[in-house]
Amino acid sequence: MESGSFGNGVMKCVLVLEDGFSLEGRAFAGDGEVYGEVVFNTSMTGYQEIVTDPSYKGQIVTLTYPLIGNYGINGEDAESGRPQVEALIVREYSRVPHNWRSTGTLRDYLEEYGLLGMEGVDTRALTKHIREAGAMRAVISTRDLEVESLLKKVRSYPGLVGRDMVRYVTSDKEYVWNTSGNYRVIALDFGIKYSILRMLEHHGCQVTVVPAYTKAEEILAKGPDGILLSNGPGDPAGLCSIVSEVRKLLGRKPVFGICLGHQLLGLALGLRTFKLKFGHRGGNHPVKNLQTGKVEITSQNHGFCVELPGLGARSVELREEVVTLDTGSIPDLGVARVNLRVTHVNLNDFTLEGTEGPELGFFSVQYHPEASPGPHDSRYLFWKFVAMMERASGRYPQAEKGVVLCRDEQI
Amino acid sequence: MPRRTDIKSILIIGSGPIIIGQACEFDYSGSQACKALKQEGYRVVLVNSNPATIMTDPDMADRTYIEPITLKVLERIIQRERPDALLPTLGGQTGLNLAVELHRKGILREHGVELIGAKFDAIEKAEDRELFKAAMRRIGLEVLRSCHVSSVEAALEFAGEVGYPVVIRPSFTLGGTGGGIAYGENELREITDSGISHSPIREVLVEESAIGWKEYELEVMRDRADNVVVICSIENFDPMGVHTGDSITVAPAQTLTDKEYQAMRDAAIAIIREIGVETGGSNIQFAVNPHNGRMVVVEMNPRVSRSSALASKATGFPIAKIAAKLAVGYTLDELPNDITLKTPACFEPTIDYCVVKIPRWDFAKFPGADCTLTTQMKSVGEVMAIGRTFKEALQKAVRSLEQDRFGLGSDKEDALGVRFGPMPNPAALGQRVSEREKETFLEEIRSRLSVSNPDRIFYLRYAFSMGMDVDEVYSLTKIDKWFLYNIRALLDCEFEIRSRLSGASTQQDALEKLGPDLIREAKRCGFSDRQLAHLARAEELSVRRYRLSHGIRPVFKLVDTCAAEFQAYTPYYYSTYESEDESRVSDKRKVMILGGGPNRVGQGIEFDYCCVQAALALRDDGCEVIMVNCNPETVSTDYDISDKLYFEPLTLEDVLNICDSESPDGLILQFGGQTPLKLALALEAQGLTILGTSPYSIDLAEDREKFAAVLRRLGLRQPPNGIGRSLEEAKKIARLIGYPVLVRPSYVLGGRAMEVVYDEETLAGYIERAVEVSPERPILIDKFVEGATEVDVDAVSDGRITVVGGVMEHIEQAGIHSGDSACSLPPFSLSAECISEIKEQTRLLAEALGVIGLINIQFAVKDGIVYVLEANPRASRTVPFVSKVTGIPLAKVATRVMLGKTLAELGLTRDPSPRHVAVKEAVFPFIKFPGVDVILGPEMRSTGEVMGIDKSFGMAFAKSQMAAGTPLPLEGTVLITVADKDKTAIVPIAREFAALGFDLMSTSGTAQLLSSYHIPARRVNKIREGRPNIIDHIRSGEIDLIINTPGGQGQGPKRDGFYVRREALARNIPTITTVRGALAALEGIKTLRKQGLQVKSLQEHHAAHSL
Repeated sequence: MESGSFGNGVMKCVLVLEDGFSLEGRAFAGDGEVYGEVVFNTSMTGYQEIVTDPSYKGQIVTLTYPLIGNYGINGEDAESGRPQVEALIVREYSRVPHNWRSTGTLRDYLEEYGLLGMEGVDTRALTKHIREAGAMRAVISTRDLEVESLLKKVRSYPGLVGRDMVRYVTSDKEYVWNTSGNYRVIALDFGIKYSILRMLEHHGCQVTVVPAYTKAEEILAKGPDGILLSNGPGDPAGLCSIVSEVRKLLGRKPVFGICLGHQLLGLALGLRTFKLKFGHRGGNHPVKNLQTGKVEITSQNHGFCVELPGLGARSVELREEVVTLDTGSIPDLGVARVNLRVTHVNLNDFTLEGTEGPELGFFSVQYHPEASPGPHDSRYLFWKFVAMMERASGRYPQAEKGVVLCRDEQI
Repeated sequence: MPRRTDIKSILIIGSGPIIIGQACEFDYSGSQACKALKQEGYRVVLVNSNPATIMTDPDMADRTYIEPITLKVLERIIQRERPDALLPTLGGQTGLNLAVELHRKGILREHGVELIGAKFDAIEKAEDRELFKAAMRRIGLEVLRSCHVSSVEAALEFAGEVGYPVVIRPSFTLGGTGGGIAYGENELREITDSGISHSPIREVLVEESAIGWKEYELEVMRDRADNVVVICSIENFDPMGVHTGDSITVAPAQTLTDKEYQAMRDAAIAIIREIGVETGGSNIQFAVNPHNGRMVVVEMNPRVSRSSALASKATGFPIAKIAAKLAVGYTLDELPNDITLKTPACFEPTIDYCVVKIPRWDFAKFPGADCTLTTQMKSVGEVMAIGRTFKEALQKAVRSLEQDRFGLGSDKEDALGVRFGPMPNPAALGQRVSEREKETFLEEIRSRLSVSNPDRIFYLRYAFSMGMDVDEVYSLTKIDKWFLYNIRALLDCEFEIRSRLSGASTQQDALEKLGPDLIREAKRCGFSDRQLAHLARAEELSVRRYRLSHGIRPVFKLVDTCAAEFQAYTPYYYSTYESEDESRVSDKRKVMILGGGPNRVGQGIEFDYCCVQAALALRDDGCEVIMVNCNPETVSTDYDISDKLYFEPLTLEDVLNICDSESPDGLILQFGGQTPLKLALALEAQGLTILGTSPYSIDLAEDREKFAAVLRRLGLRQPPNGIGRSLEEAKKIARLIGYPVLVRPSYVLGGRAMEVVYDEETLAGYIERAVEVSPERPILIDKFVEGATEVDVDAVSDGRITVVGGVMEHIEQAGIHSGDSACSLPPFSLSAECISEIKEQTRLLAEALGVIGLINIQFAVKDGIVYVLEANPRASRTVPFVSKVTGIPLAKVATRVMLGKTLAELGLTRDPSPRHVAVKEAVFPFIKFPGVDVILGPEMRSTGEVMGIDKSFGMAFAKSQMAAGTPLPLEGTVLITVADKDKTAIVPIAREFAALGFDLMSTSGTAQLLSSYHIPARRVNKIREGRPNIIDHIRSGEIDLIINTPGGQGQGPKRDGFYVRREALARNIPTITTVRGALAALEGIKTLRKQGLQVKSLQEHHAAHSL
């Protein structure tokens, strides 16, 4: 603890939620007044990945693990070019980090981008409140310490529902991630994590990243072997224009959707999305793969979810099943019916975690097979994508029909 | 997959006596497994030689065998019980080793017993280092280079290749017995030689050293469907080189990035799959090079381990229970998470607090022992503390240890204060203390930092106080800098406090100067009221009052496996200083039980047994039970034993905090040993209700003078005694009552520093060497009744009548600590009149002391006269033993009595008199402490106990020796060398051994004596008489039994006896050091030869002899 943490010259700050819940703390980085949706993440490691994950755009993140900053910041573990969270709330910030890869402190990193870090907070109380009352709008301020006045301000902040947050994080122009590979993959950047790109590269893909609003025609004109729909922030329902472009991609090239990408696929097929009370954010969620019967411990970060009516009721005997969607009235899809396989289900709350549409050549998961942070149990999905591209490209016509599963423990 | 229906009956092997490296964590895991399997409808057959365990309570299993854990006994049990399966992974290394042996000998196959949990091949692959390393290479993981050798030469050659230091580990031993680190050739020779002799297969592993690397452990679970989850990561505070059982450890890992942690997790999952542990938990250790992150796999335990117990308590995930269910076919996703109820057990716990475990050592009990910590485990217990920060958890853990330390320094024992006086701030230190003084202290600090030892944690603070920087401390200790920065931050807080206090006049002034904000900040860093009181020169209770008046009180947070993501239903709490309190206080009738704290010599599993029994009884009777304890190895800290569990230090401050929140109707202190009793008066003074015997009565029994008055009033005899307040007074009293005398300091309990002294010179020496004597710290002097028989009695009283649960006759004569002496229930040599006299005196004393609950009294009997040695109105170490033998759950009965039931209402009005005989034998840790004499005395040294039970004393004794690991020989050679005082008594014993066909061997004195009685004995050389000498004969394996009684003259220079006993210990030759012990051995050998070995379950014993 530095001198100064005992009351002298410490910058006080106050957190106020839209329902009036408030907590006091100190600023360990930055100052000012910040608005966002307050959410919690339960991972015990990986704060650098979390703060740099563009999916957190618009969110104030509290970490449930109380000791943060221990190993500093390094040059390899960022998930994007800058920290993306609106602010970070922790119980205790470690002022002096130590790790052989550490190149700097979390505080300096946040301050470099003018971001606020708040510490000394009963983050467990905050987490419990979010669990009970739901993720909601919040403000942190070092300037205004009056709860009433902050409450007024936070209630006029628009929040995330129905808003397009992708525009703040997508790249403004196309770029080439890596130049060589067996398969050409176009990745739509809705706020893509570097780890997804790294995993594609590792699995032999040559990846080109295109902005979120790129037209389907333009994408297909590049002649890709496969298309990746990335993760990203906010409410998928605010992304109508993107959804209609996604629709045009289906059935043309193999498509792999992750997180927001999964939700956009659902919307494209006419399904609805809904907001989870407090979301899934952490690295320990059990997801059952209905095709193998095995459980994967997954990395999760989403506040919205694709609705598949009646899924929770089937919890006792979880088996792979096919839901036939009537898609006749959906423009641009070109098929009257889609057979959607439910491939993955969350065992904590039985929400939908993964689907595939074999006829249309797509599959998607709500969680993060690229992990970062989190367990690597689901990396096989990248092989699955590769296998799908293999079959589709006809390069290996002898390849068996069906799903190719490869275990991939040692990456 | 549903549970298996093709198996009906499952055998579980326990871990036997508590020893270093295998403590009550296996009672915890075994108990959980028994409960889980019974719940599933399986017939459970349990074998464990340790009567103090909760798992051997007759209702935990369908058939409970308190029998020696040996191949032969197990074979008999398997023949009788015909189990379908053997679950080998929950009984520690002992259980696992025996399962391996049963498999190797074909016994399992012969009787159709299936190994479940881990198959033989998997166990072998994990345990055999060569196979393990080959397996690791196959899956692309790095291991340290190593080589198995059976000779010193081969070890030297390998070390030449990889360079020093190298680590030596004997194969198939517990807790690293006989291993070490060699920095050079001579050390390598020595350790290799000793290691080879300790290994059952006479082989050691010599290994490239990762000393100073970061050390981690992962607790992994796997099910039949190949789902694998990591329950907990543990980071060792002490780097590689210190046995993990001797390391301070922290959960979760603190200094790994997600990338590094996930690489370790991937490796752990690959390992459990490659080794092929089918179901259940494994513990995998890794070392990480701090400079480049190179990760190597150190080892794997294919079973539930000490770390599993810690991980269970640290996360709330019941590893042993789940492991048992997985073994019978369930998969992780089929089992619910007990805590959240709604989510499955197939997940990885995430925690929102920091856990610190600190081992507890008892080196003071073993003068001459080397207290350097290396790869051989030496600690006898451990504590765990939970806090929201590492700093808070660390300080809570230190005060949990109960070693009069109330945090990391700033207390009465603080060496800085002791050395330099009160220190307002570090700058003042510089002015006051000379350079030379500082340099001397710095030298001491450097030496205490560079080699790990139990005090190193305190020396880290001294180092920073004396101005050393983190880099220097790191270079000496290799403790990760993140931990060091945290310790320095604690010191920053301390300095802030000290600087604010300068110039304070009164207590109140000092507290005002600190102010609520700083006190709150200090509390958040884990500072105790005692530390703040020490710094402010105030009373502990004044600090408490001040902070309460400013609303500074802890809140209680839940341990819930999920960092509050889901609602938790299990009431498992820890205290911290935060905004929200989560405790749910009910308005039911509430009883709080204070547990026993860390295991140590003299206070171990027996007290946990009593606490658990009390909790179970109270819950049966509809009370809400609140358990407070800080020992992660125990059953009492299982969250389903009580209604509420507080994992907290057992200090006045922490207990009062819980009482403030819970307002219990009463507290039970008499089951947790000395730990809670120490708090009795202070808790009562705070207006709390102490159930059962009043603190006043406890004091009456403990205060020597008051107790003597009680005895005088009752007309009971006590050996003449007195209290010496100076050396002169001590000498005078000793002269008056006559030598030999038993001396001990009045201010330590449990036989610490107790000695029998034969003359004035030794008395003076004792006072100079061992204790300080002053009016404040007097020493107690008792006439030592030589050659008396010691008797222990456990009784229960309701204030109306007293029922004697058991009268136990010690096998060793008076003068040997009751915890170290073997004893027999019922007595084997006392007359009926004597026994009824003892029972009568017990009743008188229980009444006079106003006992409500349990009382333990120690008597000495000499020439038909009964002397009272001491009375303890509380649960004793022998309560579980007596309960197992008689079938009467004494602790449960006592609990109900404390809540107001009469013994008549409980149907217990007559003293039980079982017709079988049980012998309790103590088990010692001498093998871990080279250089310490293997000798029994008034200071307790045993860590555990075993029980032999059978129809006759002889057989019960023989079984107890077998269970203790030193079976009596049925034939062969007996070495007899006795002290002069024992020469007459040994003659008839020697004659009988000769008559049984044993060859006798003796050194000159005894040989001469025996030949004068025409008993043939071969004379052998003493050590100085030329070779081959007595040691050579032991080494060559000629000797099967040793009877060697020590001279009794204190602790003089090491004599032959010392070397004989150490050598016998190293070769596991049964050694008897008392004449009465020799008689018992003779009796045992005779019975064993006549009748052969039979086994019988406790349930059968009790049914046959039910009252």
